[in-house]
Amino acid sequence: MTDGIASDRSETVFKDFKSGFSREQALVEANRCFFCSDAPCIKACPTQIDIPQFIRKITTGNVKGSARTIFESNILGMSCARVCPVEVLCVSTCVYNGLDQPPIQIGKLQRYSTDFAIAEGWRFFAAGPDSGKSVGLIGAGPASLACAHELRRHGHRVTIYEKRTSIGGLNTTGVAPYKMKADCSVEEVAWILGIGGIEVKTGVTIGVDIAVKDLEQLHNAVFFGAGLGADTKLRVPGEHLAGVHGAVEWIESMKLARVATAGVQHCVVVGGGNTAIDAVREARGLGIPRVTMLYRGSEVKMSGYAHEWRSALPEGGCAEWQAIVTRFEGSQSVERLHCQRLDAQKQPISGSDFVLDAQLVLLAIGQSKLGTLLAGLEGIEIEGGRIVTDAHGSTGRKGWFAGGDCRNGGKEVVNAAAEGKSAALAIHAYFSGGKHA
Amino acid sequence: MPDLSTNCGGIKSPNPFWLASAPPTNSGLQVQRAFDAGWGGAVWKTLGQPIQNVSSRFGATKVRGLAGIGFSNIELITDRSLDVNLREIYETKKMFPHHALVVSLMVETRQEWQDIIKRSIDTGADGIELNFGCPHGMCERGMGSAVGQEPSVNQEITSWAVQHSTVPVLVKLTPNVADILPHGHAAKRGGAHGVTLINTIKSVIGIDIDQFLMEPRVDNRSTNGGYCGAAVKPIALHMVGALARDKSFGLPISGIGGISNWRDAVEFLLLGSSSVQVCTEVMLRGYRVVNDMVEGLEEYMRKHNFTKLDDLIGKAVPSFSEWGNLDLNYETVAKIDASQCIGCNLCVVACHDGAHQCIHPNADEKIRVPVVDESECVGCNLCQIVCPVAGCITMAEVDNGFSSATWNEHVNDGKPLRPKKGVHH
Repeated sequence: MTDGIASDRSETVFKDFKSGFSREQALVEANRCFFCSDAPCIKACPTQIDIPQFIRKITTGNVKGSARTIFESNILGMSCARVCPVEVLCVSTCVYNGLDQPPIQIGKLQRYSTDFAIAEGWRFFAAGPDSGKSVGLIGAGPASLACAHELRRHGHRVTIYEKRTSIGGLNTTGVAPYKMKADCSVEEVAWILGIGGIEVKTGVTIGVDIAVKDLEQLHNAVFFGAGLGADTKLRVPGEHLAGVHGAVEWIESMKLARVATAGVQHCVVVGGGNTAIDAVREARGLGIPRVTMLYRGSEVKMSGYAHEWRSALPEGGCAEWQAIVTRFEGSQSVERLHCQRLDAQKQPISGSDFVLDAQLVLLAIGQSKLGTLLAGLEGIEIEGGRIVTDAHGSTGRKGWFAGGDCRNGGKEVVNAAAEGKSAALAIHAYFSGGKHA
Repeated sequence: MPDLSTNCGGIKSPNPFWLASAPPTNSGLQVQRAFDAGWGGAVWKTLGQPIQNVSSRFGATKVRGLAGIGFSNIELITDRSLDVNLREIYETKKMFPHHALVVSLMVETRQEWQDIIKRSIDTGADGIELNFGCPHGMCERGMGSAVGQEPSVNQEITSWAVQHSTVPVLVKLTPNVADILPHGHAAKRGGAHGVTLINTIKSVIGIDIDQFLMEPRVDNRSTNGGYCGAAVKPIALHMVGALARDKSFGLPISGIGGISNWRDAVEFLLLGSSSVQVCTEVMLRGYRVVNDMVEGLEEYMRKHNFTKLDDLIGKAVPSFSEWGNLDLNYETVAKIDASQCIGCNLCVVACHDGAHQCIHPNADEKIRVPVVDESECVGCNLCQIVCPVAGCITMAEVDNGFSSATWNEHVNDGKPLRPKKGVHH
């Protein structure tokens, strides 16, 4: 048991897809870095980590300084090192790409330094002197954690309200286990909370246990970092059958408990985003013989990262492109899907119906937006389910701030970390009566 | 096929690559393996009164993960008996009659020199090298660099050696002197047939920063060592060049100091060496490095239509000039090839922090190719040195309308100088 995380979890069968660096490997890779000036990798990082500087510190054996450089910009640097899609962020801008040479493996180097720091228990930040101000944060995911940590550095009192019993948000419940397992996320959360003074109330649902408006009485400011809601439904016949799950819900079960795969010969994942690709790889990794991604668009149009899909292929993932489910069938649980092909304009092609046998179906077609939770509050603007804020996370309602998936509609952990920290600075400026820089 | 054979002060070898007197030439089996690998000559590990060595003995600098760019030792001369060494030299020479086998010697008294030279020559060795160079240990006993730093002593001992030797005598010079010329001339006055340089440089290779001890550590203390390896090549080239261009000197030179590959060797040949000696690279990578040395030199000679080593030996010597005779009106500026630029901006930071603030980030933030302000560029080369893309930054000659003018011409004849750049009035 690691602080509420069961040891018997389906996800534990997974090995790291990208292994960590040994000291020797880290030194070789770190020494390759050109130490660019005005480096493009820094600009590509949502949290603006000074990447050349932290890499240089590895080369001199100053791993502690290296980790400090990372955490100074991103307190979730350890999980981001594992889950960031570096292939489309920092690494994609590495100047080595222009030389047709392998770019620096920034994620693995970041993991090297941050793993070291957390294993050694190094602490870099202390809480500031008590400001007398209090902030309530909704949701205990990466955005709120980054926000809470930064607020503590400025001496503000912090209370996080989390409806789940686990802390860490999708880092704990949603990250593909071949990138990071739940216990690793929980360990990072404990390390972040180590700054002290962050009260976390789990099992508390805002709007149910505490009215949204009451938060304003309890705190001087509120940060909304609740992420996204439940998996979106297809709304086709038979969706209620056992064996048809929302992918996010199924992944959470796999990560925190066990999912049943016995007797499943074929799993169909509906969707074409990164959650769909994760689900394909996870189902294969759990030993399901056949896993098919069924996506209404073409391969080039999928919203999931191409590099992730390329990794799924050798693991046995396959796909039905430009196809939709029209209904599920089965006596008690799902047994087959009736499907139909779409043309380039996503219009059904008549006579293209086909049937797939499947004993497990995962729906990865999006999650509901939680903006509606705040819809009644005067001044809060909702757009497509997302909370509207200025560049620093201030909403239109005085004292209300937001960041993470509920603000950006569902991006990476690193975006949530950046938005959470940015909002903390905005809150600090709000308390100080000053304008945010 | 270019002819790689050489004759250095009367010592002939099939190629100019000799192993320097050092651990790689400690024994017969080693030298025989080296000759089999392709080395043209070897200078045996210095003979003398056998000594007792310490452990440890070596240290190395580590730069960006690579150990041994600079190397240091506190080992002394051979610790094997003279009889064993001489027997193995004899056997090796018989097995390899066409290779150059030179015996390095270091003893104290005239009588000792006479005895050891006679016994060395009896092995059939092709030459004698007088070790006047070691800057550690032996110098405390009045030998090695203690001799090489005193021209009168150098000359006297050289004259003894030449008097007793029937084979050519090379004098190995120490670089631990302010000016190499008096020391080369002392060897010449003593009758030497050639000089070998440089021996190692007196140095402290490093400190164990957690133990607070100098390295290499011998229990709880250390001593200064002899510095060598790739890092010392510029010092060696300077000293070789200084003797090579001294028209009153004229002795053959066996060049040594940081030679790691055929390119380094060519540089020493171009600056007047007629053979080159290698130690550190062999200690780090083994005798097999000679394979590429021989092949690389052959290809180089083909490329330049050199048929024999004499075609290139000394060819770069005339390019040396006193600073006062350099053309101050010769002007270059940096040119960045935008098609090759990878946008690392290393030239920008180098120019801003370490040079003359004339390379700037592109005004358009989306374009990462920096811009050279040619009106301020002093043509210093720093940007070209830090650029990771070969050929991306070139130093282009500028026609500024000024005719050539050296400092000496400016001072003596009033020749006009072009306006200064990069001074930011």
